[in-house]
Amino acid sequence: MNILKIQHCQKRFGSLEVLKDISLNVEESQVVSIIGPSGSGKSTLLRCATLLETMDSGEMYYMDDCAVKNDENGRASYASAAQLRKIRRKFGLVFQNFNLFPHYSVLKNVMEAPILVQGRNAEEVRAEAMALLEKMGLKDKADAYPFQLSGGQQQRVSIARALAMNPKILFFDEPTSALDPELTGEILKVIRDLAAEKMTMVIVTHEMLFARDVSDSVIFMDGGVIVEQGKPSDVISNPTQERTIQFLRRFQQ
Amino acid sequence: MSLETMIRTMSAGMGKTCGIFFLTLLFSLPLGVLVALGRMSKNVLLRNVIKVYISIMRGTPLMLQLLVVYFGPYYLFGMSIRGYRFTAVILGFVINYAAYFAEIFRAGISSIPVGQYEAANVLGYSRIQCFLRIILPQVIKHILPAVTNEVITLVKDTSLAFTLAYQEVFSLAKQISASQTSFMPFVIAGVFYYIFNALVAYAMSFCEKKLSYYR
Repeated sequence: MNILKIQHCQKRFGSLEVLKDISLNVEESQVVSIIGPSGSGKSTLLRCATLLETMDSGEMYYMDDCAVKNDENGRASYASAAQLRKIRRKFGLVFQNFNLFPHYSVLKNVMEAPILVQGRNAEEVRAEAMALLEKMGLKDKADAYPFQLSGGQQQRVSIARALAMNPKILFFDEPTSALDPELTGEILKVIRDLAAEKMTMVIVTHEMLFARDVSDSVIFMDGGVIVEQGKPSDVISNPTQERTIQFLRRFQQ
Repeated sequence: MSLETMIRTMSAGMGKTCGIFFLTLLFSLPLGVLVALGRMSKNVLLRNVIKVYISIMRGTPLMLQLLVVYFGPYYLFGMSIRGYRFTAVILGFVINYAAYFAEIFRAGISSIPVGQYEAANVLGYSRIQCFLRIILPQVIKHILPAVTNEVITLVKDTSLAFTLAYQEVFSLAKQISASQTSFMPFVIAGVFYYIFNALVAYAMSFCEKKLSYYR
Protein backbone atom coordinates (compact mmCIF):
# COMPACT_ATOMS: atom_id res chain seq x y z
CA MET A 1 0.00 0.00 0.00
CA ASN A 2 1.12 3.50 -0.83
CA ILE A 3 1.60 5.54 2.36
CA LEU A 4 2.99 8.75 0.88
CA LYS A 5 2.84 9.99 -2.66
CA ILE A 6 4.39 13.29 -3.71
CA GLN A 7 4.21 14.37 -7.33
CA HIS A 8 5.93 17.20 -9.13
CA CYS A 9 6.70 19.11 -5.95
CA GLN A 10 8.18 22.54 -6.60
CA LYS A 11 9.33 25.03 -4.03
CA ARG A 12 11.20 28.29 -4.27
CA PHE A 13 12.46 30.73 -1.67
CA GLY A 14 12.42 34.04 -3.52
CA SER A 15 14.54 33.55 -6.62
CA LEU A 16 16.14 30.34 -5.33
CA GLU A 17 14.50 27.21 -6.68
CA VAL A 18 14.96 24.71 -3.84
CA LEU A 19 12.86 21.86 -5.17
CA LYS A 20 12.45 21.33 -8.92
CA ASP A 21 9.80 18.81 -9.79
CA ILE A 22 10.34 16.17 -7.12
CA SER A 23 8.25 13.02 -7.09
CA LEU A 24 8.42 10.44 -4.36
CA ASN A 25 6.52 7.29 -3.44
CA VAL A 26 6.77 5.52 -0.13
CA GLU A 27 5.17 2.11 0.25
CA GLU A 28 4.10 0.57 3.52
CA SER A 29 7.04 -0.87 5.54
CA GLN A 30 9.50 0.75 3.19
CA VAL A 31 12.57 2.57 4.48
CA VAL A 32 13.67 5.37 2.19
CA SER A 33 16.88 7.29 2.80
CA ILE A 34 17.52 10.66 1.25
CA ILE A 35 21.17 11.63 0.90
CA GLY A 36 22.89 14.55 -0.74
CA PRO A 37 25.01 17.62 -0.07
CA SER A 38 23.88 20.48 2.16
CA GLY A 39 21.51 22.80 0.34
CA SER A 40 20.37 20.06 -2.02
CA GLY A 41 16.77 20.49 -0.84
CA LYS A 42 16.38 17.26 1.10
CA SER A 43 15.38 18.92 4.36
CA THR A 44 13.00 21.22 2.50
CA LEU A 45 11.40 18.18 0.90
CA LEU A 46 10.91 16.66 4.34
CA ARG A 47 9.47 19.92 5.64
CA CYS A 48 7.02 20.04 2.74
CA ALA A 49 6.02 16.45 3.42
CA THR A 50 5.39 17.23 7.10
CA LEU A 51 3.44 20.40 6.29
CA LEU A 52 5.98 22.66 8.00
CA GLU A 53 6.61 24.26 4.63
CA THR A 54 4.12 24.78 1.82
CA MET A 55 5.03 23.71 -1.69
CA ASP A 56 4.41 26.12 -4.56
CA SER A 57 3.03 23.47 -6.86
CA GLY A 58 2.62 19.75 -6.85
CA GLU A 59 0.49 17.08 -5.26
CA MET A 60 0.75 15.13 -2.06
CA TYR A 61 -1.31 12.23 -0.76
CA TYR A 62 -1.15 10.33 2.50
CA MET A 63 -2.78 7.01 1.70
CA ASP A 64 -6.10 8.11 0.20
CA ASP A 65 -6.14 11.57 1.71
CA CYS A 66 -5.15 14.45 -0.49
CA ALA A 67 -3.09 17.09 1.34
CA VAL A 68 -2.40 19.28 -1.64
CA LYS A 69 -3.03 19.34 -5.36
CA ASN A 70 -2.71 21.86 -8.12
CA ASP A 71 -5.52 24.25 -8.95
CA GLU A 72 -6.33 25.18 -12.54
CA ASN A 73 -3.43 27.69 -12.58
CA GLY A 74 -0.97 24.98 -11.59
CA ARG A 75 -0.48 26.37 -8.10
CA ALA A 76 -0.54 24.19 -5.03
CA SER A 77 -3.91 24.30 -3.29
CA TYR A 78 -3.97 22.85 0.19
CA ALA A 79 -6.84 20.85 1.70
CA SER A 80 -9.07 22.24 4.46
CA ALA A 81 -7.67 22.72 7.96
CA ALA A 82 -9.75 19.77 9.19
CA GLN A 83 -8.39 17.50 6.45
CA LEU A 84 -4.81 18.59 7.22
CA ARG A 85 -5.39 17.88 10.92
CA LYS A 86 -6.47 14.38 9.96
CA ILE A 87 -3.39 13.99 7.77
CA ARG A 88 -1.03 15.19 10.52
CA ARG A 89 -2.09 12.16 12.56
CA LYS A 90 -0.62 9.87 9.94
CA PHE A 91 2.98 11.00 10.21
CA GLY A 92 5.58 11.75 12.84
CA LEU A 93 8.79 13.75 12.58
CA VAL A 94 12.06 13.44 14.46
CA PHE A 95 14.11 16.64 14.35
CA GLN A 96 17.83 17.15 14.15
CA ASN A 97 17.81 19.13 17.43
CA PHE A 98 15.18 16.97 19.13
CA ASN A 99 12.91 19.91 20.00
CA LEU A 100 11.70 18.30 23.20
CA PHE A 101 9.54 20.45 25.45
CA PRO A 102 12.00 21.49 28.18
CA HIS A 103 9.36 22.26 30.81
CA TYR A 104 7.86 18.75 30.60
CA SER A 105 9.24 15.57 32.10
CA VAL A 106 10.24 12.83 29.67
CA LEU A 107 6.99 10.99 30.31
CA LYS A 108 4.85 14.08 29.78
CA ASN A 109 6.71 14.87 26.56
CA VAL A 110 5.60 11.47 25.28
CA MET A 111 2.11 11.44 26.80
CA GLU A 112 0.68 14.87 26.22
CA ALA A 113 -0.06 14.84 22.49
CA PRO A 114 -1.91 11.48 22.41
CA ILE A 115 -4.13 12.67 25.28
CA LEU A 116 -4.56 16.27 24.16
CA VAL A 117 -4.68 15.87 20.40
CA GLN A 118 -6.05 12.36 19.94
CA GLY A 119 -8.29 12.50 23.00
CA ARG A 120 -7.15 9.12 24.21
CA ASN A 121 -7.53 7.67 27.68
CA ALA A 122 -4.74 8.87 29.98
CA GLU A 123 -4.08 5.54 31.70
CA GLU A 124 -3.90 3.69 28.42
CA VAL A 125 -1.51 6.32 27.03
CA ARG A 126 0.64 6.16 30.15
CA ALA A 127 1.03 2.38 29.82
CA GLU A 128 1.90 2.73 26.16
CA ALA A 129 4.33 5.58 26.81
CA MET A 130 6.11 3.58 29.53
CA ALA A 131 6.39 0.63 27.15
CA LEU A 132 7.88 2.90 24.48
CA LEU A 133 10.36 4.39 26.95
CA GLU A 134 11.36 0.92 28.05
CA LYS A 135 11.92 -0.04 24.44
CA MET A 136 14.14 3.03 24.09
CA GLY A 137 16.05 2.02 27.22
CA LEU A 138 14.78 5.06 29.10
CA LYS A 139 12.35 3.59 31.59
CA ASP A 140 14.28 4.98 34.55
CA LYS A 141 14.33 8.45 32.96
CA ALA A 142 10.55 8.86 32.79
CA ASP A 143 10.55 11.56 35.49
CA ALA A 144 13.73 13.29 34.34
CA TYR A 145 13.68 16.57 32.40
CA PRO A 146 15.25 16.90 28.95
CA PHE A 147 18.18 19.04 30.20
CA GLN A 148 19.25 16.15 32.43
CA LEU A 149 19.66 13.78 29.46
CA SER A 150 22.45 13.26 26.94
CA GLY A 151 21.80 14.15 23.31
CA GLY A 152 21.30 10.51 22.41
CA GLN A 153 18.80 10.05 25.21
CA GLN A 154 16.96 13.21 24.19
CA GLN A 155 16.73 11.98 20.63
CA ARG A 156 15.36 8.63 21.82
CA VAL A 157 12.71 10.49 23.82
CA SER A 158 11.77 12.43 20.73
CA ILE A 159 11.46 9.18 18.77
CA ALA A 160 9.23 7.79 21.54
CA ARG A 161 7.19 11.00 21.44
CA ALA A 162 6.63 10.58 17.71
CA LEU A 163 5.83 6.87 18.02
CA ALA A 164 3.28 7.51 20.78
CA MET A 165 1.03 9.05 18.14
CA ASN A 166 1.00 5.72 16.24
CA PRO A 167 2.05 7.29 12.95
CA LYS A 168 1.77 5.40 9.68
CA ILE A 169 5.06 6.90 8.60
CA LEU A 170 7.95 8.40 10.49
CA PHE A 171 10.27 11.07 9.08
CA PHE A 172 13.78 11.68 10.38
CA ASP A 173 15.52 14.96 9.58
CA GLU A 174 19.23 14.27 10.06
CA PRO A 175 18.53 12.58 13.40
CA THR A 176 22.20 12.11 14.28
CA SER A 177 23.77 15.31 13.00
CA ALA A 178 23.80 16.91 16.47
CA LEU A 179 25.34 13.83 18.10
CA ASP A 180 28.85 12.48 18.58
CA PRO A 181 29.77 9.14 16.93
CA GLU A 182 29.00 7.10 20.02
CA LEU A 183 25.53 8.60 20.52
CA THR A 184 24.93 8.35 16.78
CA GLY A 185 25.28 4.59 17.14
CA GLU A 186 22.54 4.56 19.80
CA ILE A 187 20.08 6.29 17.52
CA LEU A 188 20.95 4.26 14.44
CA LYS A 189 20.31 1.10 16.43
CA VAL A 190 16.87 2.36 17.42
CA ILE A 191 16.05 3.13 13.78
CA ARG A 192 17.33 -0.29 12.71
CA ASP A 193 15.05 -1.91 15.29
CA LEU A 194 12.11 0.09 13.96
CA ALA A 195 12.96 -1.02 10.42
CA ALA A 196 12.99 -4.62 11.60
CA GLU A 197 9.48 -4.04 12.96
CA LYS A 198 8.41 -2.86 9.51
CA MET A 199 7.94 0.78 10.42
CA THR A 200 7.57 2.95 7.33
CA MET A 201 10.32 5.58 7.43
CA VAL A 202 11.88 8.37 5.42
CA ILE A 203 15.33 9.32 6.68
CA VAL A 204 17.39 12.31 5.65
CA THR A 205 20.91 11.39 6.66
CA HIS A 206 24.63 11.81 6.10
CA GLU A 207 25.37 8.32 7.47
CA MET A 208 26.07 6.50 4.20
CA LEU A 209 26.90 3.15 5.73
CA PHE A 210 23.72 3.23 7.73
CA ALA A 211 21.63 4.32 4.75
CA ARG A 212 23.09 1.47 2.72
CA ASP A 213 22.30 -1.12 5.39
CA VAL A 214 18.89 -0.05 6.57
CA SER A 215 17.13 1.30 3.48
CA ASP A 216 15.02 -0.38 0.86
CA SER A 217 15.52 2.60 -1.37
CA VAL A 218 18.01 5.46 -1.51
CA ILE A 219 17.47 8.84 -3.11
CA PHE A 220 20.40 11.07 -3.99
CA MET A 221 19.43 14.72 -4.30
CA ASP A 222 21.42 17.66 -5.55
CA GLY A 223 20.39 21.14 -6.61
CA GLY A 224 16.72 20.49 -5.94
CA VAL A 225 16.41 17.45 -8.15
CA ILE A 226 16.58 13.70 -7.61
CA VAL A 227 19.80 12.78 -9.39
CA GLU A 228 19.63 9.07 -8.78
CA GLN A 229 17.43 6.67 -6.89
CA GLY A 230 17.09 2.95 -6.42
CA LYS A 231 18.33 0.10 -4.30
CA PRO A 232 21.10 1.03 -1.86
CA SER A 233 23.40 -1.51 -3.46
CA ASP A 234 23.07 0.46 -6.69
CA VAL A 235 22.94 4.09 -5.59
CA ILE A 236 25.50 3.93 -2.80
CA SER A 237 27.72 1.07 -3.85
CA ASN A 238 27.57 1.43 -7.64
CA PRO A 239 26.33 4.90 -8.56
CA THR A 240 25.98 5.63 -12.25
CA GLN A 241 25.54 9.41 -12.28
CA GLU A 242 28.67 11.54 -12.32
CA ARG A 243 27.38 13.81 -9.50
CA THR A 244 26.57 10.83 -7.27
CA ILE A 245 29.98 9.28 -7.88
CA GLN A 246 31.62 12.58 -7.03
CA PHE A 247 29.56 13.01 -3.84
CA LEU A 248 30.23 9.47 -2.68
CA ARG A 249 33.91 9.48 -3.64
CA ARG A 250 35.10 10.12 -0.13
CA PHE A 251 32.83 7.37 1.14
CA GLN A 252 33.93 4.88 -1.52
CA GLN A 253 37.57 5.05 -0.49
CA MET B 1 -1.75 63.24 66.57
CA SER B 2 -0.05 60.28 68.18
CA LEU B 3 2.29 58.01 66.23
CA GLU B 4 -0.13 55.17 66.73
CA THR B 5 -3.02 57.13 65.20
CA MET B 6 -0.82 58.06 62.26
CA ILE B 7 0.13 54.49 61.65
CA ARG B 8 -3.47 53.33 61.96
CA THR B 9 -4.76 56.00 59.55
CA MET B 10 -2.03 55.27 57.07
CA SER B 11 -2.59 51.52 57.29
CA ALA B 12 -6.04 52.13 55.88
CA GLY B 13 -4.33 53.96 52.99
CA MET B 14 -1.99 51.02 52.59
CA GLY B 15 -5.05 48.84 52.01
CA LYS B 16 -5.99 51.09 49.10
CA THR B 17 -2.42 51.01 47.78
CA CYS B 18 -2.61 47.21 47.82
CA GLY B 19 -5.92 47.46 45.98
CA ILE B 20 -4.35 49.49 43.16
CA PHE B 21 -1.39 47.13 43.07
CA PHE B 22 -3.29 43.86 42.83
CA LEU B 23 -6.03 45.09 40.49
CA THR B 24 -3.42 46.59 38.16
CA LEU B 25 -1.54 43.30 37.97
CA LEU B 26 -4.74 41.30 37.61
CA PHE B 27 -5.75 43.22 34.48
CA SER B 28 -2.47 44.42 33.00
CA LEU B 29 -0.70 41.04 32.88
CA PRO B 30 -3.31 39.27 30.70
CA LEU B 31 -3.86 42.46 28.71
CA GLY B 32 -0.08 42.65 28.21
CA VAL B 33 -0.11 39.17 26.64
CA LEU B 34 -2.85 40.24 24.22
CA VAL B 35 -1.05 43.50 23.40
CA ALA B 36 2.20 41.56 22.78
CA LEU B 37 0.37 39.20 20.40
CA GLY B 38 -1.17 42.21 18.63
CA ARG B 39 2.25 43.84 18.41
CA MET B 40 3.55 40.65 16.73
CA SER B 41 0.47 40.13 14.57
CA LYS B 42 0.70 39.68 10.80
CA ASN B 43 -2.06 42.29 10.47
CA VAL B 44 -0.20 45.51 9.60
CA LEU B 45 -2.96 47.83 10.81
CA LEU B 46 -3.31 46.13 14.20
CA ARG B 47 0.46 45.98 14.60
CA ASN B 48 0.87 49.68 13.90
CA VAL B 49 -2.01 50.73 16.15
CA ILE B 50 -0.41 48.74 18.97
CA LYS B 51 2.98 50.28 18.20
CA VAL B 52 1.55 53.79 18.54
CA TYR B 53 -0.26 52.86 21.77
CA ILE B 54 2.94 51.44 23.30
CA SER B 55 4.99 54.42 22.20
CA ILE B 56 2.51 56.86 23.81
CA MET B 57 2.37 54.86 27.04
CA ARG B 58 6.15 54.75 27.23
CA GLY B 59 6.76 58.25 25.94
CA THR B 60 4.54 60.28 28.30
CA PRO B 61 4.52 60.52 32.10
CA LEU B 62 2.26 58.12 33.96
CA MET B 63 1.07 61.09 36.03
CA LEU B 64 -0.12 62.84 32.88
CA GLN B 65 -1.84 59.66 31.66
CA LEU B 66 -3.73 59.38 34.95
CA LEU B 67 -4.94 62.96 34.63
CA VAL B 68 -6.06 62.39 31.04
CA VAL B 69 -7.88 59.20 31.92
CA TYR B 70 -9.67 60.90 34.84
CA PHE B 71 -10.49 64.32 33.40
CA GLY B 72 -10.55 63.38 29.70
CA PRO B 73 -14.17 62.15 29.68
CA TYR B 74 -15.33 65.47 31.17
CA TYR B 75 -13.27 67.82 29.01
CA LEU B 76 -13.61 65.84 25.78
CA PHE B 77 -17.18 64.57 26.02
CA GLY B 78 -18.76 66.59 28.84
CA MET B 79 -19.43 63.39 30.77
CA SER B 80 -19.90 63.41 34.52
CA ILE B 81 -16.91 61.98 36.34
CA ARG B 82 -18.58 61.62 39.73
CA GLY B 83 -17.75 58.24 41.30
CA TYR B 84 -15.22 57.59 38.53
CA ARG B 85 -12.07 58.27 40.57
CA PHE B 86 -11.13 54.72 41.55
CA THR B 87 -11.97 53.31 38.11
CA ALA B 88 -9.79 56.01 36.54
CA VAL B 89 -6.86 55.15 38.80
CA ILE B 90 -7.05 51.45 37.91
CA LEU B 91 -7.67 52.14 34.22
CA GLY B 92 -4.71 54.53 34.04
CA PHE B 93 -2.35 52.08 35.69
CA VAL B 94 -3.61 49.10 33.68
CA ILE B 95 -3.17 50.68 30.24
CA ASN B 96 0.28 51.96 31.19
CA TYR B 97 1.56 48.73 32.69
CA ALA B 98 0.02 46.54 29.98
CA ALA B 99 2.21 48.41 27.46
CA TYR B 100 5.38 47.75 29.46
CA PHE B 101 4.46 44.13 30.15
CA ALA B 102 3.64 43.66 26.47
CA GLU B 103 7.20 44.60 25.47
CA ILE B 104 8.59 42.19 28.04
CA PHE B 105 6.29 39.42 26.79
CA ARG B 106 7.24 40.17 23.20
CA ALA B 107 10.92 39.75 24.01
CA GLY B 108 10.09 36.52 25.85
CA ILE B 109 8.01 35.12 23.02
CA SER B 110 10.70 35.93 20.43
CA SER B 111 13.27 34.09 22.53
CA ILE B 112 11.50 30.72 22.17
CA PRO B 113 13.14 28.65 19.40
CA VAL B 114 11.01 28.07 16.30
CA GLY B 115 11.58 24.32 16.76
CA GLN B 116 9.18 24.36 19.71
CA TYR B 117 6.37 25.59 17.46
CA GLU B 118 7.30 23.07 14.78
CA ALA B 119 7.37 20.14 17.20
CA ALA B 120 3.94 21.09 18.55
CA ASN B 121 2.62 21.63 15.03
CA VAL B 122 3.74 18.20 13.81
CA LEU B 123 2.21 16.59 16.91
CA GLY B 124 -1.10 18.18 15.98
CA TYR B 125 -1.39 20.88 18.66
CA SER B 126 -3.68 23.72 17.62
CA ARG B 127 -2.16 27.19 17.65
CA ILE B 128 -3.89 28.02 20.92
CA GLN B 129 -2.85 24.75 22.56
CA CYS B 130 0.70 25.32 21.40
CA PHE B 131 0.78 28.86 22.79
CA LEU B 132 -0.83 28.09 26.15
CA ARG B 133 0.91 24.80 26.88
CA ILE B 134 4.27 24.97 25.16
CA ILE B 135 5.22 28.60 24.56
CA LEU B 136 3.71 30.64 27.42
CA PRO B 137 5.08 28.52 30.30
CA GLN B 138 8.58 28.86 28.88
CA VAL B 139 8.09 32.57 28.24
CA ILE B 140 7.08 33.12 31.87
CA LYS B 141 10.26 31.51 33.11
CA HIS B 142 12.40 33.63 30.77
CA ILE B 143 10.80 36.95 31.64
CA LEU B 144 10.32 36.59 35.39
CA PRO B 145 13.35 38.75 36.33
CA ALA B 146 12.18 41.55 34.01
CA VAL B 147 8.63 41.29 35.34
CA THR B 148 9.93 41.50 38.92
CA ASN B 149 11.51 44.83 38.05
CA GLU B 150 8.24 46.17 36.67
CA VAL B 151 6.22 44.90 39.62
CA ILE B 152 8.55 46.59 42.10
CA THR B 153 8.27 49.80 40.13
CA LEU B 154 4.49 49.44 40.25
CA VAL B 155 4.52 49.34 44.06
CA LYS B 156 6.24 52.72 44.09
CA ASP B 157 4.19 54.12 41.19
CA THR B 158 0.93 53.54 43.09
CA SER B 159 1.86 56.75 44.93
CA LEU B 160 1.03 58.65 41.73
CA ALA B 161 -2.64 58.00 42.46
CA PHE B 162 -2.36 61.06 44.74
CA THR B 163 -2.66 63.19 41.56
CA LEU B 164 -6.30 62.09 41.36
CA ALA B 165 -6.72 62.73 45.12
CA TYR B 166 -7.20 59.05 45.73
CA GLN B 167 -6.63 58.39 49.44
CA GLU B 168 -3.85 55.84 49.21
CA VAL B 169 -0.91 55.84 51.58
CA PHE B 170 1.13 58.59 49.91
CA SER B 171 -1.84 61.02 49.69
CA LEU B 172 -2.51 60.43 53.36
CA ALA B 173 1.13 60.94 54.24
CA LYS B 174 1.13 64.33 52.49
CA GLN B 175 -2.12 65.39 54.15
CA ILE B 176 -1.15 64.31 57.65
CA SER B 177 2.28 65.83 57.28
CA ALA B 178 0.77 69.16 56.26
CA SER B 179 -1.87 69.23 58.98
CA GLN B 180 0.43 68.04 61.77
CA THR B 181 3.56 69.81 60.51
CA SER B 182 5.37 66.53 61.01
CA PHE B 183 7.95 64.66 58.98
CA MET B 184 6.90 61.36 60.53
CA PRO B 185 4.18 60.39 57.98
CA PHE B 186 6.79 60.32 55.19
CA VAL B 187 9.00 58.03 57.22
CA ILE B 188 6.06 55.74 57.89
CA ALA B 189 5.10 55.73 54.20
CA GLY B 190 8.70 54.91 53.27
CA VAL B 191 8.74 51.98 55.67
CA PHE B 192 5.42 50.74 54.33
CA TYR B 193 6.63 50.82 50.72
CA TYR B 194 9.90 49.18 51.65
CA ILE B 195 8.22 46.31 53.48
CA PHE B 196 5.73 45.85 50.65
CA ASN B 197 8.56 45.60 48.13
CA ALA B 198 10.53 43.23 50.32
CA LEU B 199 7.49 40.92 50.29
CA VAL B 200 7.12 41.32 46.52
CA ALA B 201 10.80 40.51 45.95
CA TYR B 202 10.49 37.48 48.20
CA ALA B 203 7.38 36.23 46.39
CA MET B 204 8.99 36.70 42.98
CA SER B 205 12.16 34.90 43.94
CA PHE B 206 9.98 32.09 45.26
CA CYS B 207 8.33 31.88 41.83
CA GLU B 208 11.73 31.87 40.12
CA LYS B 209 12.84 28.99 42.32
CA LYS B 210 9.62 27.13 41.56
CA LEU B 211 10.39 27.41 37.84
CA SER B 212 14.04 26.44 38.13
CA TYR B 213 13.24 22.71 37.86
CA TYR B 214 14.20 22.85 34.19
CA ARG B 215 16.59 24.71 31.94
